[in-house]
Amino acid sequence: MVKHYLPSSFQEALEIKHQEDVMLIAGGTDLMVQHRTWSELPPQFDKPLLFLFNLAELKYIKKDANTLYIGSMTDLETLLYHNDTPPCLKDIIALMASPAIRYVCTLAGNIVNASPAADSLLALYALDAKLVLTSLKEERIVSIESFITGPRQTIIKSNEIIKEIQLPHQPFNRVHFKKIGGRKSDAISKLAFLGLANVNQDHQIDTFRIVLNAVAPTLIRLHETERTVEGLSLEAFKHQKDALLEAYNTAIKPIDDQRSNRTYRRQAALNLIRQFIETL
Amino acid sequence: MTTVKFTLNGKKVTLETDISRRFLDVLRNDLNQTGPKEGCGEGECGACAVLLDGHSVNSCLLPLAYVHNKEVMTIEGYAETERYKVLEEAFIHEGSVQCGICIPGMMIAAESLLNQNPNPSETSIRHSLSGNLCRCTGYNMIVKAIQRAAQRGKGLW
Repeated sequence: MVKHYLPSSFQEALEIKHQEDVMLIAGGTDLMVQHRTWSELPPQFDKPLLFLFNLAELKYIKKDANTLYIGSMTDLETLLYHNDTPPCLKDIIALMASPAIRYVCTLAGNIVNASPAADSLLALYALDAKLVLTSLKEERIVSIESFITGPRQTIIKSNEIIKEIQLPHQPFNRVHFKKIGGRKSDAISKLAFLGLANVNQDHQIDTFRIVLNAVAPTLIRLHETERTVEGLSLEAFKHQKDALLEAYNTAIKPIDDQRSNRTYRRQAALNLIRQFIETL
Repeated sequence: MTTVKFTLNGKKVTLETDISRRFLDVLRNDLNQTGPKEGCGEGECGACAVLLDGHSVNSCLLPLAYVHNKEVMTIEGYAETERYKVLEEAFIHEGSVQCGICIPGMMIAAESLLNQNPNPSETSIRHSLSGNLCRCTGYNMIVKAIQRAAQRGKGLW
């Protein structure tokens, strides 16, 4: 039987991770299903597990003037009801899984699982999230977009643990989230869309964000396209509609799988983008 | 082998076993708690729900390690409470139970909701049951029972 570790401090966890090739387990709501065997038998893992979720020092939500700091073992139910959680992230969490799962699963788990269909990543991409990756010897901060390199692939090193997620405060007065799934809860997205914008008093677009999941190997956010509309008046923006749609149409590469197919995903993605643009 | 300590229905439990085991299996096979059932085994149906520090969780997804130093209540323990009696009366009155396999999980979800929100709207009730499947009732009688329990059990939650 493989030996598993239940550390009592983050320091101890980092030491174990430094010395041994262990698999990290946060809430376990994905890993326990991916590795399950027969009913009544333990799940089968080929590495020892390092259980992180009992580390109270990684469960916090703090803020200063510029940034919201989320400890990596914060569960989604806590984030859903916390006053400082950005509204778009709350909208997303409310349609993820079910209350019983949200109480256990963590934001860091959803990130490191790196599913192309992960819903929480929509908000993290749109809000320019940064991750604090800690090892016994050093700490580095990386952007969410550089962290995830492909389906289930990240740049995390074998001795690192995600300690914190940082979200810079950014005002948005237009928030449009739409998830398309088989049902309203316990559903993995066929695709999901998050559109954010801040329109100022002079009817100019200060900031503009569109993020899509499940239409490419990683989530889609087009920084250059966003820049072409930032600063435009709403009137001028309307003339950019076709160019915008074309940019996203070129960038997305949806696939057929058990949840949906490429034709539906492409059409639904473009419809959601059009709806957001037309109601801005 | 690692030692795990937790409270089960008010009593202290210490176990030495593989801490990656599903908590559902430990409850049913080692601790004789057969109220939590295995339906889907992947967190979709809620038949295995138990209370962890007062909030419903799916015990089929939890590694045993997760409950270390926490308080667990199964439907067996909950059945000893005043709150349960109010819910039981309401479920009977509204005809909320047919085959019954989902009901321990439904009651756990109801307790978890009422614990956070003693006066829930119908929408809140439906959201709180979103992780619990029932193939018999069509859910409406269960929603009504929780509304009735919230009314009749005022002050208990």
